[in-house]
Amino acid sequence: MLLRQVKLLLITAFSLSAIFFSTASNAQDTAKNQTTEASTELAEKKDAEEFDVTGTILEHIKDDHSWHLWGHTSIALPVILYSDKGLEVFSSKNLVNEHHEPVAFAGKYNYKLEEGKIKVVTAAGTIDEEASKKVWDFSITKNVTSLLITVFILLIVFLSVASKYKKRGVTSAPKGLQSFMEPIILFVRDEVAKPNIGAKYARYMPFLLTIFFLVLTNNFLGLIPLFPGGANVSGNIAFTMTLAVFVFILVNLKGNKSYWQHIFWMPGMHWSMKLFLAPIELIGVFTKPISLMIRLFANITAGHILVLSLICLIFIFKTVFASAIAVPFAVFISLIELLVAFLQAYIFTMLSAMYIGMATEEHHHEEAHH
Amino acid sequence: MFFLDINPLVLPDVGLVFWSTVAFVVLLFVLGKFAWKPIMKAIDEREQGIEDALSKAEKMKAEITQMASENEALLQKAREERATMVKEAKETADKMVAEAKDKAKGEYDRIVADAQAAITQQKNAALTEVKNQVGALVIEVSEKILRRELSNKTEQESYIKELASGVTLN
Repeated sequence: MLLRQVKLLLITAFSLSAIFFSTASNAQDTAKNQTTEASTELAEKKDAEEFDVTGTILEHIKDDHSWHLWGHTSIALPVILYSDKGLEVFSSKNLVNEHHEPVAFAGKYNYKLEEGKIKVVTAAGTIDEEASKKVWDFSITKNVTSLLITVFILLIVFLSVASKYKKRGVTSAPKGLQSFMEPIILFVRDEVAKPNIGAKYARYMPFLLTIFFLVLTNNFLGLIPLFPGGANVSGNIAFTMTLAVFVFILVNLKGNKSYWQHIFWMPGMHWSMKLFLAPIELIGVFTKPISLMIRLFANITAGHILVLSLICLIFIFKTVFASAIAVPFAVFISLIELLVAFLQAYIFTMLSAMYIGMATEEHHHEEAHH
Repeated sequence: MFFLDINPLVLPDVGLVFWSTVAFVVLLFVLGKFAWKPIMKAIDEREQGIEDALSKAEKMKAEITQMASENEALLQKAREERATMVKEAKETADKMVAEAKDKAKGEYDRIVADAQAAITQQKNAALTEVKNQVGALVIEVSEKILRRELSNKTEQESYIKELASGVTLN
């Protein structure tokens, strides 16, 4: 029954997202046309009057060097750059003027924000692509801040939960935060690790639990529109790529003989089939983590785009009455996003566990072949 | 310049990759050492404890059932023993009563016999005395009569006859 409801919700969400994606891409095209027109005609005024939906949404989804709170208030975050001229740290306040427009800042190079990214500019004000490539940006951006907040939350929550176990002993029932977290931990153990990895699940529990709670907390924080949340960490490809790389490294480090045998010389097949399967299996080694990376990134980003698109309806129609439709829809989608936040954390962890399980399982049936 | 046209959304930033790695590694090590390990250990221990307690309870239950059946058997045995004891006691009592009755009867018989013997003896003694007295009386009377009658012969004879007919006792 519940499964059917979930399915129905997912179908609704997907169809809605399909509709909005198509409109969003249309909007993107028109926006592009508009901006090109605007730049050629230098009609700044007209551009300001037109509401730029794509720009607004992308601005909310993308990483930023400052954290916008409300109105004209934002937190300036530190910029850390490493180039051939050495390391430098300065506030991102220097990169914008009082009207929040990007201005050039003279550090070791001349830096200027270009679509949210720090680029090196020449004295004339044009972007120096060659020099920009030499500058590595390790700034504490909005996403990094959010990630650090997540790390902080996770450390506080789970260290306190762990101390509860020590203090209350194992014979007493869990209490408070401990009793809230224990079922989730048990869920990861019993529904994710045990069925996918098998007997050796205990060794991978720390990895799976860390991934699960890191993704889950980032997903949830991303859904909160106000300060501690609002960043789009788990919807950022850099973050999902990092996690996927960790999964990739772990899977291939722990892969046993039979795992590699199944990739390069599939047992129980004709030699020609073996030759044919080897490259496909080899590609599979890489597509698995890549699918992890894209799945999480796309799902979370899509959710953010969906909610933002609905809110943007108010500005597109230029009437407050549009909120009568937009806000309930946004609330509805946000509720689905809550489900998706949990679901994606679960799927990411479950697939990681499955890949680990596939790489470490013992193929007893093979002995029967020989 | 094809790559520059890719949407910036799908271009990973080096900075965020770096910080994500740092965050993940820190979380993995700190939580792995100070949170996941003790938590998993505690949960496993508790589950083990619950399992042990359950199996123990099951064992106790079996033991109690066994004890109950043993108790039942003991009770049954005790009941049987009591029944036999009661039976034996009754038999003993009956025997004692019978013995007492027999003894009493014997004593009674003896006493009656003694009494009868004594009565007979006394009766005989009394009879003997009576006989002696009668004898003495007869002799005395005879003497008197004889003294008087011997003078008259006919009378004497009739008298003797009379006497002789009269003497029929003993």
